Amino acid sequence: MATAPGITEKYIEETLAHEQTSLWGDAWRRLRRNRLALVSTVFLTLLTLVAIIAQFWTPYSYYAQGLGPIYQSPTAQHWLGLDQSGRDILSRLMLGAQVSLKVGIGTQLVVIVVGVIVGLVAGFYRGFLDTIISTVINIFYGIPDLLVALTLVLLLGRSLAIIIFAIAFTQWMNMARLVRGQTLALREREFVEAARSGGAKASKIIFRHILPNALGPLIVQATIGIPMAILFEAFLSFLGLGVPPPTPSWGAMAADGFHAIRISPTSSWRRRSRSR
Amino acid sequence: MSQPVLQVKDLKTQFFTDDGVVQAVDGVSFDLNPGETLGIVGESGCGKSVTALSILRLVQEPGRIVNGQILFKGDDIVTMSDEEVREIRGKDIAMIFQDPLSSLNPVLTVGFQIEEAIEAHGKVPGKTALSRTVALLKQVRIPAAESRVHDYPHQFSGGMRQRAMIAMGLANSPSILIADEPTTALDVTVQAQILELLRDLNRDLKTAIILITHNMGVVASLCTRVLVMYAGRVVEQGPVEQIFKDPQHPYTWSLLQSIPRLDSDRHDRLLSIEGFPPDLIRPPRGCRFHPRCQFKIDRCLHDDPPLLNVGPDQDAACWVTMRRALASNGERRG
Repeated sequence: MATAPGITEKYIEETLAHEQTSLWGDAWRRLRRNRLALVSTVFLTLLTLVAIIAQFWTPYSYYAQGLGPIYQSPTAQHWLGLDQSGRDILSRLMLGAQVSLKVGIGTQLVVIVVGVIVGLVAGFYRGFLDTIISTVINIFYGIPDLLVALTLVLLLGRSLAIIIFAIAFTQWMNMARLVRGQTLALREREFVEAARSGGAKASKIIFRHILPNALGPLIVQATIGIPMAILFEAFLSFLGLGVPPPTPSWGAMAADGFHAIRISPTSSWRRRSRSR
Repeated sequence: MSQPVLQVKDLKTQFFTDDGVVQAVDGVSFDLNPGETLGIVGESGCGKSVTALSILRLVQEPGRIVNGQILFKGDDIVTMSDEEVREIRGKDIAMIFQDPLSSLNPVLTVGFQIEEAIEAHGKVPGKTALSRTVALLKQVRIPAAESRVHDYPHQFSGGMRQRAMIAMGLANSPSILIADEPTTALDVTVQAQILELLRDLNRDLKTAIILITHNMGVVASLCTRVLVMYAGRVVEQGPVEQIFKDPQHPYTWSLLQSIPRLDSDRHDRLLSIEGFPPDLIRPPRGCRFHPRCQFKIDRCLHDDPPLLNVGPDQDAACWVTMRRALASNGERRG
């Protein structure tokens, strides 16, 4: 028994130390273990930083033309060279990051608002309302995304707000369907019945009891939606239907570089690889 | 005797499923007096819980109350507007459920959920709500209530969660507390504590309790009156001593026989009721219990026995008992 207390104390200490890690501490430990997630986090942080910096400072003005010969290869002054109008590519790339993030996050905000409301209503009230909403969702799934987005942009014109709206228009169904499913499952849970038996109003049940419990999958869905929206915007811009020039967009820059790929490969492959 | 606080009259609740109409509750009537403890017993699927849910109109589609009255202090809950029923829920009639873990919202603190129950019936200043919550938690004997208020349900033990649920039920000092199998998910020592708590609350606050259970032992320790249900109907009701001493319905008798006893010969086999409760879409003709009854007579196969008085304040629905009662009382009851 002489050594037992020492061992026990050590055991207790280790156990306690393990239990005392906070939520964020635990999250950080998991993140560090997952290499891919760590690399992604670093990349996304850099991207966000670049977008923020671009708001206040870029090496050159993104729209100033004729800073040098067109399609100039990288030099000490222009690290990534110049484009077809003699504009600084690095500056445009930095500002393009901002556009991409705006589109990605903006779209998801719209998708969350629309999808969550529609999904909650359909899932909670069920019945006739749910049938109508589900039918509309299925119809939207049936229409090609590109067709919807192109039509909207053509009808309403080209601006950042309209592009965000158009992309959200093609994506809200995923969120609505997910929230509807979650709501259908959650509304049958006992704590919802307990809240109802306590005389809680429908709005309280929906926003206090159902929505917070559906947040996990909702956040995941929104996170997946951000890169989808960014890609879609690049795609629209590549077709010449993105944000109006001179605002740079990675998609439009890739399109511009694409035309020059034979005469100026050095300036175009960079842009193309970065537009991915 | 004072006016009953709750009167259920000929309640019929049915579920309209694809396979047919399930007659879950079929003509149940009972009275509940202020401060009384009424036990509703029966096997799984005999309509106990649906009866309880019907009282608060919580039966979900495809279920519907198709007949009867539920008079709370004289007002019929069945015909009230949704808003009127919502006002009664939690304020006048509260309910606690079987599984305290799933009855608490995992993402909100226990205190927050109790405060919300308080605020569901009128705005209360935050500080008042908090102090009331702490007082409620103390009343249900949660130690260190001041700090446990801020805990999440997963930080509570099973018994504490059920205590928290009871505190939530008591939040607005209801006149009736419906407890749907409140001890089933708990271990035996905790069960005893919860029953003791309910007994004390009934004594101190004069809250009437409807206890729904399949456990005759739980009924004996808490209730003053018992309602025995079988296949959606009341088959026997009476004071708890009377029912335990002299059950008049074979089903009640079988339920009592299937309680393990300390004083029985340990080589005796424990009696269990043969067979299963009937299909409530197509209930058996005649007495619904006859396929499982050892005492059945010819009449049981095609005639449905009514619930009749068989002793002081005791009713039973059984032809055999009735014949015996008639024989011993001569033709007086005719």
